[in-house]
Amino acid sequence: MNEPAGGHPHEHGGYDVDPTHHHPPQPDLEDTPLARHQVMQMAVTSLLIEKGIFSGDDMRAQVERMDGLNPGLGARLVARAWTDHGFRQRLLADSKDAAAELGIDTGPIPILVMENTPETHNLVVCTLCSCYPKFLLGVPPDWYKSRNYRSRAVREPRKVLAEFGTELAPDVAIRVHDSTADMRYMILPIRPTGSEGMGEEELAGLVTRDSLVGVAVPRAG
Amino acid sequence: MSSPAPRFAPGTRVRVHERFPPGHVRTPWYCRGKIGEVERICGRFRNPEQLAYGNREATQEVLYRVGFASASLWPDYGGSEHDCVEIEIYEHWLEPVSGDTA
Repeated sequence: MNEPAGGHPHEHGGYDVDPTHHHPPQPDLEDTPLARHQVMQMAVTSLLIEKGIFSGDDMRAQVERMDGLNPGLGARLVARAWTDHGFRQRLLADSKDAAAELGIDTGPIPILVMENTPETHNLVVCTLCSCYPKFLLGVPPDWYKSRNYRSRAVREPRKVLAEFGTELAPDVAIRVHDSTADMRYMILPIRPTGSEGMGEEELAGLVTRDSLVGVAVPRAG
Repeated sequence: MSSPAPRFAPGTRVRVHERFPPGHVRTPWYCRGKIGEVERICGRFRNPEQLAYGNREATQEVLYRVGFASASLWPDYGGSEHDCVEIEIYEHWLEPVSGDTA
């Protein structure tokens, strides 16, 4: 049997395929040529470590910390705001101080919390690049960085929302926040009907990443 | 050295300069030349147009959030007349709207 380079014969259990067929080889990460900025990043990283500015472990720990940030942090703030009116006011006025009450760090860049109301729905985009409230939501999803989302969220937000399955009533105004410079944004969604008896932890479970960006709204049940 | 007071108060109508300099600019093209209203003053931040080129001495500039009616940004806007877009814009990109009393 001839084995093409990179391929491998294997069996598919239970259904009828040629047992010797091959899948095309899937490239490993290193099989894509390095872009100029990747080479520069590797060079700068090794210089910083070589010169003792920080250690390899410092860098690994920081990457691990950033990768560990996730929308659960933003969801906790929303759940508290839904159950505690005073906290809601403080969160809208100054998210850094309010988040600190829950032991959550909003990071070095100010995050403005925008409140959805029955009259106004808020949506976040960064038309220029991919600015995103990482400290409360983690790394942005790929669609947030796409040219499609970035160009259309400001131009036809209602269509974009519909594509996410979010149909707004025609009389609800859309307020789009273009995160172009030194602010970041998180949405405080409306507490969904059907969540009346829920405690804070259960409420936090209703708050998804997409609802914190404004492309969706939380649902109970 | 004390910084001068922000030039525009919240609620003031402002026009975004219609100019197209090269380089790292944080003012989106789609709002250049358009009239909006200052929503709030965000504070002072180092000018990204200088920071982007490694200038660690970049000057501090006042940053505003300016709200625009979506229909004023896009002539063929199909959504509600109440829809709006709010954009962060630095003071040196804004000018008073002629005819308005400052």
